[in-house]
Amino acid sequence: MTNTIAERILDFLKGFPPFDYLSYDELLHISTQIKVLYYEKGDHIFKQNEALHDYFYVVKDGAVGLYSDNTLIDECDEGDIFGLRAVIRKDLYLLNAIAEEESIIYGIPAKSIDDIIINNLQANQFILASFATNTRHPYSSENKGKLFANETILQPNASSFTEVQSASFSKNPITCQPIITIKEASVIMSQSNIGSIIITENNRPIGIITDKDLRHKIATGKHDISEHVTAIMSAPVITFPKHITVAEAQIAMLNHGISHLCITKDGTINSELVGILSEHDIIVIHGNNPSVLIKEIKRASSANQLQMIMQKAQLLMKNYIEQNIPVGFITNIISAINDAITKRCIQLSIDELQEELPTSFAWLAIGSQGRKEQLLLTDQDNALVYENVQNDAVVKSYFLRLSKAVNNKLNVVGFEFCPAEMMASNPKWCLSVSQWKAQFKNWITHPDEDKILLCNIFFDYDFVFGNHDLVDQMSDSIFEAIDNYEIFLNFMGRNALRNPPPLSFFRNFLVEDSGDHKDQFDIKARAIMPLVDAARLLILSHEIKDINSTMARYKKLGDLEPQNKDLYDSCINAFRILLRFRTQHGLKRNDSGRFIDIKNLNKNDRLKLKGCFKPVKDIQELVKIRFKLSQLL
Amino acid sequence: MKWFKRDLKYPKFYRHYKAAFNHKINDLDAVRFVVFDTETTGLDPKSDRIISIGTVAVQAFEINVYDSLECYVKQEHFNKDTVQIHGLLKAGNITKLEEKDAIIAFLAHIKNSVLVAHHAAFDIAMVNEALKRMGLPKLKNKVIDTGKLYQKTKYIKDHKHYSLDELCNTFNIRMHDRHTASGDAFLTALIFLKLSSLLKKKSKNLKLKDFMHWF
Repeated sequence: MTNTIAERILDFLKGFPPFDYLSYDELLHISTQIKVLYYEKGDHIFKQNEALHDYFYVVKDGAVGLYSDNTLIDECDEGDIFGLRAVIRKDLYLLNAIAEEESIIYGIPAKSIDDIIINNLQANQFILASFATNTRHPYSSENKGKLFANETILQPNASSFTEVQSASFSKNPITCQPIITIKEASVIMSQSNIGSIIITENNRPIGIITDKDLRHKIATGKHDISEHVTAIMSAPVITFPKHITVAEAQIAMLNHGISHLCITKDGTINSELVGILSEHDIIVIHGNNPSVLIKEIKRASSANQLQMIMQKAQLLMKNYIEQNIPVGFITNIISAINDAITKRCIQLSIDELQEELPTSFAWLAIGSQGRKEQLLLTDQDNALVYENVQNDAVVKSYFLRLSKAVNNKLNVVGFEFCPAEMMASNPKWCLSVSQWKAQFKNWITHPDEDKILLCNIFFDYDFVFGNHDLVDQMSDSIFEAIDNYEIFLNFMGRNALRNPPPLSFFRNFLVEDSGDHKDQFDIKARAIMPLVDAARLLILSHEIKDINSTMARYKKLGDLEPQNKDLYDSCINAFRILLRFRTQHGLKRNDSGRFIDIKNLNKNDRLKLKGCFKPVKDIQELVKIRFKLSQLL
Repeated sequence: MKWFKRDLKYPKFYRHYKAAFNHKINDLDAVRFVVFDTETTGLDPKSDRIISIGTVAVQAFEINVYDSLECYVKQEHFNKDTVQIHGLLKAGNITKLEEKDAIIAFLAHIKNSVLVAHHAAFDIAMVNEALKRMGLPKLKNKVIDTGKLYQKTKYIKDHKHYSLDELCNTFNIRMHDRHTASGDAFLTALIFLKLSSLLKKKSKNLKLKDFMHWF
């Protein structure tokens, strides 16, 4: 019998792994078993410690956030699977799943996962790999179809980061002899405040007891606490050598359905126990990783060392992008690293000059660096502000020398010199507070096209190093000047609309019609910048300072204008997708990722991009109306 | 025993259908809703015929794809003007049932469920006419009209006619398979979930009757 609904669901699912590995019939069978669920923003799909549902979930429309307590761990959007770990482990939910926006979710019966695992090796490998890498899309699109098991991930190359780093395990595991009673073992566990104990014989692990065993085997009355530990221990234990990688450990835990691995001297059960690795240890490793880089940065003593660290950070970022880790998370990490590197460059330069600081100053990142939206290495954009002084010429000369040294170091690290000289070593952008104020006032009260462009770059400044108070003074002066000359916002608004919505009436892409990039789509000018410019304009009109990133700005705008929150949320979403898109393209082609060849996009990407344009159009409409631009245009 | 005798004049499948209404369900989460749509040869219930029926069941405000019906009806009566809309040709290559058998399958599927349709009056009338041709009384089910339900959720009352397309646009539901009975039933089901959720927000202790009384 025909089942149009199931076929439509199939059409959707087959675009996403692991469903794309299944045959038409397998997938149709699953599709006919599905439940379609609707959630309002804020609704729980499942809660931490809730009993297992009979379903795991795929996001059809909308977005679902996975939270551990109140911390966002991951965000799932269209095609992403969640709630699978609990189903496979037949365990309680470890996370809260909350609809981040209005969402339609497909519930897929838990029993069909068995069909997938048993019947389809590739789908099975995908699922294991997605657990091992802690992401839902362990393969980059280029690698799609390759088998996980052909060791590319089990023996990964140097580019992946946490997954290949050796898992650090607990070195002094608590052990006991096989002859002691369950009660005695429990007392040891309780006193040592641990959830597991290893039973050893001649220092070799022969079994393990965990809290779960006590729950299932003792509390249920199946065994008595006076029996020997051997009565309830799980044996044999699963052992690994010391240099086990995080990926291997996670796969082993999943394959065996266990939460602890024993680390032995030679990796077999016949050698001495040296440690224990728990699921918890792995979570800790995943959380800590970028902080290792930051520590290295703080210790670096030369620009060349920083350059090496930067390369690692770029590999880390590439890996994150390939694994579809949320862009917000990646930008946070990369910004933190860029920030730390710049700080270190400044500190090293100050030390090098061997002069006393003539007065306090602040180093500013501007443009996309200021907005913390830079993922790929690009030109450096920065500026410097120092306190008002009597002997301005002397002080300025010091800060110009300092800036020159910092700019040189950043160049070594990989941030190339800005061809437009938007750098602190340029005397135009190395000014005292009052000079900056005068400059801003001039831009605001006598705006022309060039000055608006400068505003767009300089108003996105972010404090990096030095005296924060100076930056506050600058911000205040901007708002003061705007207050006295409100028409400036209209000019800025007009500028924000200079690029028309990227869709023509025929729902086709507007592509560049001349120049080197003929027939290519300028994702930066036509999609990203309109969102960035609108966010800046709107946040300035609310006189909010210190929020520089476009996503954070829209979030704040949503709080300030609840009636427009949906639109602002959709802008955040679109921005996130566009930024990922651009970064992916840039990585693939080793350029800025700005121009996209529409013809070479697959359908899914094209739809994804198109979906981003409606918010662009809507936000431009809002700007047009709010700043009464129809008559100005 | 008068009712019993009267009952006997009906065929077995209808007695089955009728008997299902002896069970009353009060808990809203236990109510089975069957969202359905019919594609027809035209807009006149008297002279036009059902081309196809599509349904999908909703329970506890979850759409159960496995609990659905999709059937196509053999046509004697054929209106070539509507083919363009539905794309259903008189002799397509889909398995088709006689009208009578489609209705039997439909009754067996819906049982005593609450029926949900967009502008339900028309679809109900189409089914009732088919029942009439079989010498049977009208449908006994309670009916919810998503068009009217939508008006109920709005603060400003109006009596505008809201098409399924308009509601899909309003609620940001991506449309596909428009103008197939199953496709429209599925879209209607999604709209029904959204409307229910709006209603739940308005009234804490939602009852079935809140879906039915709109004035």
